Amino acid sequence: MFAAVNIALALVLSPLLLGVINRTKAVVAGRKGQPLLQTYYDLWKLMHKGAAISRTTSWIFIAGPATGAAAAFTAALFMPCGTVPAVFSFQGDLIVFAYLFGLARFFTILAALDTGSAFEGMGASREAAYSAMAEPALLLALAALAREAGSASLAGIYGQYGAAHWSTSGPTLVLAIAAMFVVLLAENCRIPVDDPTTHLELTMIHEVMVLDHGGVDFAFITWSASLKLWLFGSLIVGIMLPAGATPPESLALRVGGMLGLAVAVGITESMMARLRLVRVPQLLTGAGALALLALMLSFSMR
Amino acid sequence: MILALILIPALIGSMVFFIRKPWVCRTLLIVTAAAHACMTALCWCGFPKPALSGWLAMDAPGLLFLSIASALFLLASFYRVSFRKESAEKKKDFEEGFLFTNAPEATFCGCMLLFLSTMTLVCVSHQFGILWVAVEATTLASAPLIFFHRHRRSLEAAWKYLLICSVGIALALLGNFFLAVALPSRGVGGSMLLAQMIDQARGGLLNAVWLKAAFVLLLVGYGTKMGLAPMHTWLPDAHSEAPSAVSALLSGALLNCSFLAILRSQQVLVAAGFAEFGQGLLLLLGLVSMAVAAALIVGQADYKRMLAYSSVEHMGILAVGVGIGGIATFGSMFHAVNHSLAKGMLFFAAGNILSFYRTKRASEVTGLLGRLPMTGILWVAGLFAITGSPPFGTFVSEFTILSGALGQGRSFIAVLYLVLLAIAFAGMAVTMLRMAQGGDESNETRGREAALALIPPAVLAVAVLALGMIVPSSLGEMLRAAAAAVGGVR
Amino acid sequence: MISWAGLILVVLLLQNLMLLGTGRVRACIRIAAMQGAILSLLPILSSGGVPTLRETGIAAASAALKGIAFPWLLYRSLRGTGVRREGAPLLSYSASIVAGMAVLGIALWIASRAPLPGATASPLALPAALATMFTGMLLIVTRRTALMQLLGYIVLENGIFAFGFAMEIQAGLLVELGILIDAFLAVLVMGVAIFHIHRAYDAIDVGQLSALTDWDR
Repeated sequence: MFAAVNIALALVLSPLLLGVINRTKAVVAGRKGQPLLQTYYDLWKLMHKGAAISRTTSWIFIAGPATGAAAAFTAALFMPCGTVPAVFSFQGDLIVFAYLFGLARFFTILAALDTGSAFEGMGASREAAYSAMAEPALLLALAALAREAGSASLAGIYGQYGAAHWSTSGPTLVLAIAAMFVVLLAENCRIPVDDPTTHLELTMIHEVMVLDHGGVDFAFITWSASLKLWLFGSLIVGIMLPAGATPPESLALRVGGMLGLAVAVGITESMMARLRLVRVPQLLTGAGALALLALMLSFSMR
Repeated sequence: MILALILIPALIGSMVFFIRKPWVCRTLLIVTAAAHACMTALCWCGFPKPALSGWLAMDAPGLLFLSIASALFLLASFYRVSFRKESAEKKKDFEEGFLFTNAPEATFCGCMLLFLSTMTLVCVSHQFGILWVAVEATTLASAPLIFFHRHRRSLEAAWKYLLICSVGIALALLGNFFLAVALPSRGVGGSMLLAQMIDQARGGLLNAVWLKAAFVLLLVGYGTKMGLAPMHTWLPDAHSEAPSAVSALLSGALLNCSFLAILRSQQVLVAAGFAEFGQGLLLLLGLVSMAVAAALIVGQADYKRMLAYSSVEHMGILAVGVGIGGIATFGSMFHAVNHSLAKGMLFFAAGNILSFYRTKRASEVTGLLGRLPMTGILWVAGLFAITGSPPFGTFVSEFTILSGALGQGRSFIAVLYLVLLAIAFAGMAVTMLRMAQGGDESNETRGREAALALIPPAVLAVAVLALGMIVPSSLGEMLRAAAAAVGGVR
Repeated sequence: MISWAGLILVVLLLQNLMLLGTGRVRACIRIAAMQGAILSLLPILSSGGVPTLRETGIAAASAALKGIAFPWLLYRSLRGTGVRREGAPLLSYSASIVAGMAVLGIALWIASRAPLPGATASPLALPAALATMFTGMLLIVTRRTALMQLLGYIVLENGIFAFGFAMEIQAGLLVELGILIDAFLAVLVMGVAIFHIHRAYDAIDVGQLSALTDWDR
C-alpha cells in the first residue's frame, strides 16, 4: 500500500521540484518569480496542444519522448523510501536503475539526431559526452554505498541508513553525496553544467535536443525530466532518512527532504556561473574522484 | 671539543654576514678555517669525548671524512683570496655577454663558514635524525654559494641543486622514519642512536622488511646528494657554475659527507646481517654511475662539466668499493681521500684557467703549458692523478678495489670496472692534453700566475703524489678502522 | 565511532585532490598551508589524554610555521612575480586528478601489504600519508612554475610528516626542531631563488631553465 503511495508521490510531486528551484532562484535574485505550480500549468497546456512533426523524421522521433517517460516511470518502481519497500527489488538492481536512464538518454539522442538539424546534433554530442563522464561518478558512488550497506540493491542500501552508519562511515557517505550531487546537477541540466533558462542554442545542451518536440511529446519530456530529478534526488535524500521511522514518517520526511534539496539546487544555481564547456569535464572528473575516494574509504575504513 | 668544531664556524659565519669590509670577512674566513683544521688535527691524537649524550661523537669514518673536508676547506679559503680583486664590481659574462655582479663578500664568506659547520655536523652525527638535519643543512648553506655569480646560468644551477637535492633528502627523511618503524620501540627517545641501532640490529630486533626498505630510501636520498647516477643530474650544473673554490669543496668534501651518511646506514645493515643486500645495491648504483659518467666525459665540451662528471665517476668507484666489500672497502676509504685531493687540485687549476682564458669551452683553451706554465703542469699532473695513473695515490686505491673484486673471483665486475676506468681515462686525456698543448705562437701573451692561486693546488698535488708512495701509519690505521666499521675486512 | 584522526585524514586526501585539480597558485598555497597546519595539530587531536607541554609546544610551533610562515613567505615571492596561475602544466588538471586517484589506489595497495609491527594511529593513516607524498611528487614533476614545484616539495614534506604520525614515531625534541628549522630554511631559500628567477627571466616557468646541458645548443 505504502509502496503505491511512494510511486504516486513521485509521479505527482516531481514537477513541483522545478517550481521550487525556480522560486528559490527568483527569491535569491530579488524577483517575485513564476508560480510554484508553473510546471503543472505547462504540462496541462502541452497536453492539450497538437504537435507539428517534420516530414524528414521517422518513428524514432516519436519514440524518444515515450521511451524517456517509460524509462523514468520504470526507474521509479525500483526506488524505495526508508522503510517503504520498492515495487521491484533484486540484487544488482542499482545497475538497472542507472541504465534505465541510459536507455532514455539513448533514445533522446537518437530522436535529436533524427531531426537532421545541426543544433540538435551538437546538443546530442555534448549530452553523450558529459553523461559518459558523469556515469562513472554515479556508479562509483552507488558502489561505495553498496559496499557500506553490504547489499547491491537499492532496497538494501536505502533501507539501512540511519544514525549508526553516519557515525561509523560518515566520510564515505558525505563524499558519495557530494559526488551524486554533482551528477544530479549535470544529469538534470542544472547550472554549473547547463543553463536550463538559456536562450542561445549554441550554449544549450539538453534543451537544444528537444527543440523540435511539441505538444504531448514535449509534455512527456518535461514530466520525465522532473521525474528524473526526483529520482536522483531520492538517491541523495534516501541516505539521510532515519532507519527506524514508520512508513508514513518516511514518506513525509522524504517529501520534506526533496523540497530542501530543491532549495539547495536553487541556491547553488544562484551562486554559481555556468562553467565554460571545456571546464565541465574537469568538474565531472572531480566528482568521479570524490566517488572513487568514497569507494576506497569504504574498503579501508573498516 | 666536538661542539666547538661545529659552533665556532657557525657563530663566526653568522657574524660575518653583518661585516661590511671584505678584507675582514676574508681574514675571518681563513682564521676560522685554520682553527678548524688545527682542532681536527688534534682529534687524531685521540677521539674527543662524545657530546649531547652521545648524539655527537667522533669515530674513525667520521674523523676521516672530517679531516678531508677541513683540509680542503682551508686550502679553498686560501685559494679564494687570490680572487679578491674580482668581487663586487659589475662584470661582463664571457659566455652570453650580459652584465652581472657577484654576491657580496660577506654573504660568500658567511655561507662558506656555515657550510663548513654543517659538514662537520654531518661527520660527527651519531644519531640518524641529526644526520638528516645536517645533510639537509649542507644543501641550504651551499646553495647561495652556487649562486655566487649572480647570473642566469648559476641561478638555474642553484635552483636545480636545491629542488633535486631537497626532494632526494626528503626521501631520506622517509627512510629515517622507516628505520624508526623497524625498531621495536619505534624510535622513542634516543634509540635512533647509531650505537644502539647497531646493538639492536646485532640482537636481531629490527624488522627486516622495514630495515631494507629504509636502506633503499636512504640510499636513494643521500645518493642524490652524493651524485650517484641516475640521481646525479644536478651535479654537473652546480659544479660547473659555482666558483672554482666552491666546486672543489662540493666535489671533494660535500659528496664525501653524503657518502658517509650512506655508510652509516650500511653499518646498521651490516650489523643486522643484511650486508649483501646493501652491497648489491651500492655495487649496482656505483657501476651505473661509472658508466653514465664515462659516457658523458668523452667529448664533453665544457672542461668544468667534465670534472663534474669525473666526480660522478669517482663516487661510483667509492660505491663499487664498498659494494664489493672486504679489502675493497679499505680501497674505497683510501680512494675517498685521494679523490678529494686530486679533484680539489683540478678544480683549483680549472679556476686559474677560467680566469685567464675567460671561457669554459675546452676547445677554446690551447697552449696551457706555454701560457700558464705552472697551472699547465698542475693540470697535466691532475689528469694523471684523477685517472689513477701509477705514481699517484689514486692508482693504489683503485688498484686495491680491483684486487678486492678479483680476490672474490668476481671477474666480470673487475673487467667492467677496468673498461669504464679506461673509457674515462681516454675521454679526459684527449680533452685535457689538447688544452695543455698546442697554440704556442710567439704573439700570444703569457699569463701572470698569482702564488696564492698556485700553492693550494700544488700542496694537493704533492699530497696525492706522496700518498702513492707511502701511507703514514696513523692514516693507515684510521683507514683500516673506518673500513672495519662499515663492514670491510682488514 | 569514527575518530578525529580519521576525519582529518579524509580532509587530507580531499586537499590532495584539490591541489592537483587547480592551477590557481594562491588557492594552492592556501590549501597546502591548511594541510600542513591541520597535520601539525593531528597528534594532539588524536591523543586521548591531555597532551604534554612538549607535544603542545612542538605542535604549535609546527602549525605556526606551516600554517602562517610558509604561506607568508610564498605570498611574498608570489607578489614579487605577479604569477596568478600555472599556465600549461605538463599534465592537464583532469588528468592530474585521475593520476591522483591512481596514486591513492597505489598507496592503499602498498598500505594493505605493508607488514605493520604494532598498531597504527588509524587504518587510513598510512595510505593517506603515502598518497600525500605521491601527490607532492606529482606536483613537482608535472608543474612548470617554480612556485608550484616548491609547493609540491611542501606537500611531500607534509606527507612524510603524516607518515611519522601514522607510525607514531617520536624522533626526539632536538630532531623535530631540527627538521622544522630545515624545512623553514628550505622554503625560505627556495622562495628567494624564485624571486631571483623572476628577476632574471620575467617568469617563473622552469621550462626556461634550460641553458645548462651536456650538448651544444
